[in-house]
Amino acid sequence: MLVNTKQPETSGTQSDADTQSGLGRAVLSLSGISKEFPGVKALNNVSLNLYAGQVTALIGENGAGKSTIVKILTGIYQPNGGTISVNGAEINFPNAHAASAAGVTAIHQETVLFDDLTVAENIFIGHAPRGRFGLIDTVRMRADAEALLTRVGADISPTARLRDLGIANKHLVAISRALSIDAQVVVMDEPTAALSHKEIGELYALVERLKAEGKAILFISHKFDEVFRIADRYTVFRDGEMAGEGIMQDVKEDDLIQMMVGRTVDQIFPKIDVELGETVLTVAGYSHPTEFEDIGFSLKKGEILGFYGLVGAGRSEFMQSLFGITKPSKGAMRIDGEIAIVRSPAEAIEKGLVYVPEDRGKQGAVIGLPIFQNITLPSLDKTSRKGFLQLAEEFKLAREYTERLDLRAAALDQDIGNLSGGNQQKVVIAKWLATQPRVIILDEPTKGIDIGSKAAVHEFMGELASNGLAVIMVSSELPEILGMADRVIVMREGRLAGEFDRDTMSAEALVRAAAGIGEVAA
Amino acid sequence: MSEMVARNIPDRLTSRAQRVLKSWETLLLAIAILVFITNSFASPYFLNAWNLSDATFNFTEKAMIAFAMAMLIISGEIDLSVAAIIALASTAMGFVMELGFGTPVLVLTGLTVGIICGAFNGVLVTRLGLPSIVVTIGTMSLFRGISYIVLGDKAYTGYPTDFAFFGQGYVWWVFSFELVLFAVLAIIYAVLLHKTNFGRTVYAIGNNPVGAQFSGVRTARVKFVLFLLTGLMSGVAAVCLTSRLGSTRPSIAFGWELEIVTMVVLGGVNILGGAGTIPGVVLAAIIMGMVTFGFGLLNVPGIVMSIFIGLLLIGAIALPRVFAMVKRGRG
Repeated sequence: MLVNTKQPETSGTQSDADTQSGLGRAVLSLSGISKEFPGVKALNNVSLNLYAGQVTALIGENGAGKSTIVKILTGIYQPNGGTISVNGAEINFPNAHAASAAGVTAIHQETVLFDDLTVAENIFIGHAPRGRFGLIDTVRMRADAEALLTRVGADISPTARLRDLGIANKHLVAISRALSIDAQVVVMDEPTAALSHKEIGELYALVERLKAEGKAILFISHKFDEVFRIADRYTVFRDGEMAGEGIMQDVKEDDLIQMMVGRTVDQIFPKIDVELGETVLTVAGYSHPTEFEDIGFSLKKGEILGFYGLVGAGRSEFMQSLFGITKPSKGAMRIDGEIAIVRSPAEAIEKGLVYVPEDRGKQGAVIGLPIFQNITLPSLDKTSRKGFLQLAEEFKLAREYTERLDLRAAALDQDIGNLSGGNQQKVVIAKWLATQPRVIILDEPTKGIDIGSKAAVHEFMGELASNGLAVIMVSSELPEILGMADRVIVMREGRLAGEFDRDTMSAEALVRAAAGIGEVAA
Repeated sequence: MSEMVARNIPDRLTSRAQRVLKSWETLLLAIAILVFITNSFASPYFLNAWNLSDATFNFTEKAMIAFAMAMLIISGEIDLSVAAIIALASTAMGFVMELGFGTPVLVLTGLTVGIICGAFNGVLVTRLGLPSIVVTIGTMSLFRGISYIVLGDKAYTGYPTDFAFFGQGYVWWVFSFELVLFAVLAIIYAVLLHKTNFGRTVYAIGNNPVGAQFSGVRTARVKFVLFLLTGLMSGVAAVCLTSRLGSTRPSIAFGWELEIVTMVVLGGVNILGGAGTIPGVVLAAIIMGMVTFGFGLLNVPGIVMSIFIGLLLIGAIALPRVFAMVKRGRG
C-alpha cells in the first residue's frame, strides 16, 4: 500500500485533508484499548490512530489516561484488552524493545538520557555500530551521530558530554536518537514543557521536518496554541475514555475544551455551605528567584481555596515555601493578623499551618514507622510528659483521629508502608489534624488514591471547613476543584493568572486561565 | 496485608511476648548463652569471677561508643572517626598532664576534645550537607594525624596515680568502674532511644529524613546532637582507656571504629538506618567480649581474631537477609 505522505503544502486545503485522511491507512492504530490497575480503570475502550506525515495531538486533563496510552504504545504497559496494529498488521508489544523494533519511539517529558555519556553514545546506546571483535565502532558511531545531528539542525558536537548541554539541546539529542532507530512513529510527550520561546520555535521546525520525512507523530500537550499551530489531527481523552477525535481544521478551541472537561456528573462532591469567618491567613508578595513571583491572597475561616494550574505552574513550590521548606526571597505572611515568620516546618506547625504533600511516599508518610507513630510525630510534645514518651497517650490520640477519618488498617502498630495509598493519605491527614491546625494545605490530596478513599477525603475536607478550619487545596483535577472550592486561584508559570468565585468559576474559565489562552494565541 | 473494617482498630496485633520471642535480641541472648557455655567447657579458667571481670574490659570502652554510634547509625549517619577521637583526646590529656594539671583537668580535657571533634563532624554533615561516611573518613585521618604530629614516636606516660581509677579501679568486689559505667550508660542510652521524644525522632529520621522534616522534626539539630554524643562518648572511652593503659601513644585504639560498627550491626542495628535497639547492642558487646576472651584463653592468635570480627560483621548483615529470602521462597 502507498500512503501519499508528501502532500504539497500549498494545496493543503480542508477538502484535501479530508480525502487524505479518508484514504490513508494509519501507520499505527490502537483500537478498543483498555487498561486497569488495582482499583482504577485507567483506560476504557479508547482508540488512537497515527498517520504517516501527520501530527496527531493527544489532549486531555491530568489523569485522563495520556501517559498510560504512551506507555502502552512504547511497550512499557500491556493493555488488558484491545488491539495494536502497525501498517494494518496486528502486533503485540510485550516489552519496550518490541515497540522500538516496530519503529515506535518516544521523547518523554523528562528525557531518559545519560548525563555522563557523550552525545553520540546517548544516541546509539543499545544499538551502537559494532566493529571488529564486537567492540563499538566509535569512529562510525561519531560520524553517524554527526549526520543525524545535522539532520535535526542541531549544532552539537557528538563528543560533547550530555551534562554540559541545555534542555533544548538534550531534546535534540533525544530526537536524534529517535531517528537513529529509523522510527516510523515518534511520540512527543509534552516536549515543550521545559523549553523557552526560541527553543519551542526550533522544535516546531523540527516537527515539520519529521512530518516531511513521513513520520507519524503523536504530540501530547496541554497548550492549545501549540496544538493548533502544529497538529493535523486530534484525539481527546477524558477520564480514560474517548471524548472525540478528528481533524484540527474542523474544530475550534472551545470545542476541544468542551470535550476535555465536559463531563457527566458522576462524582458527587459533599460541598457543605459554610458561613465564612474572619480572615485567618494573609500572604503578600511571596516571590522566589525561579519558582514563583509576587503571590498574594487571603483566606478565611471555613473557606476552601482551590489552587489550579498546569503541572509546573509553581503551586507546590509556593505552598512549600509557606510551610518553611523552601525559602522565599520576598514576601510576608500573617496568621490571625500577626506576622508569622516560618523558617522550618516545625515553626509552621507551631503557628498552626500544616501541609499535606503531593509526594506521599517520600514527604508525607514516614514509611517504616507504625501508623500511630506517624500520627503522633508532630504532636509528641502533647502526648509525652517532660520529653518522655507515653505510649498509651499516643495510641489514644492516634485512635481518635484515625476513627474520624475512617481508616482501614489491621492494627495501629502496623507499618504505614503496608497500607494502600488512600489509607496512607488518611494517616497523613490524621497526623495534621491531631496538631489542631488553623490552616491546612492539601497538595493534590486525592492523586493516585482509589475512588472510595477519594470520596472519604472529599467528605472530610468539607467537614473540616465547616468546623472552621481554613483549607487550601492544590489540585490539577477540575472536578475536584469545581466540586469542593469556594474560591479558586489559578497559577501559570509561577504567577497569579486569575481568581474565580463560585459564580464565575467554570471548567472552561479555569482551563483558559491556566493555559494562557487568549493572550498567547494572539 | 489485609485491611479490615475500620472501627476499633486494635493497638497491636501481636502480644508483647510474641514480639520479644521473634526478636533479634532473643537470638543474640541465645548466642551469648551458647558462647558462655562453650567458653566454660573450653577453659577451666573461664568460670572465675575475677577472670570474668577481666573479660569485661574487652568490650566496655568500645560499647560506650557503640551506644551513641547505634543511635547515629539508626538516624542514617555514621562516624568512623571515633577511634581517632580517642587518640586525639588521649594525646590532649597527655599534653595537659605534662603541663602539670591534675586528674579533674585531665578528665575535663578528654571529654571536651571528644565533644569538639563530634561538633566538627556534626557541623560538616548537617550544615554543609556532606555525607557522613566521607566526612568521618577524612576526620579519622585528621584527628589521628594531629596525634602523630604531637607525639611522633614518643609516648605520654606518668599519669597521676588517682587517674588510674577510671580504667583500673573497682567500685565493689569484682565490679570495675568501667563495668559499672557501661551498665549505667546502657540504661541511659536505652531510655534516651526507646523512651523519649528525642529517640522517636531518631527513628523517624532514619526511616525517612524528608518525611520527618515535613512532619516538623528538626532533623539537622537531632543529627548534630547525635554527633556530639558520639564525640562525647569517644572522649569518655579515651579517659577510661588512657587510664587503663597508663600511657598515650598515637596508635592508641587503632582500628576500633570497625569493631564498634561491627558491634552495632551485630546488635541488630540496620546499617541503612531506621531500626535497632540498645539491648541488642549490649548483648552484641558481651558476645564479642566473651569471644575475644575465650580466644585469648585458648591462645588463638590476633589475626584469627580479626578474621572472626570480619566474618561476624558479614554474617550479622547477611543472615537476616538470607532468612527473609528463605521465608519468602516458602511463602
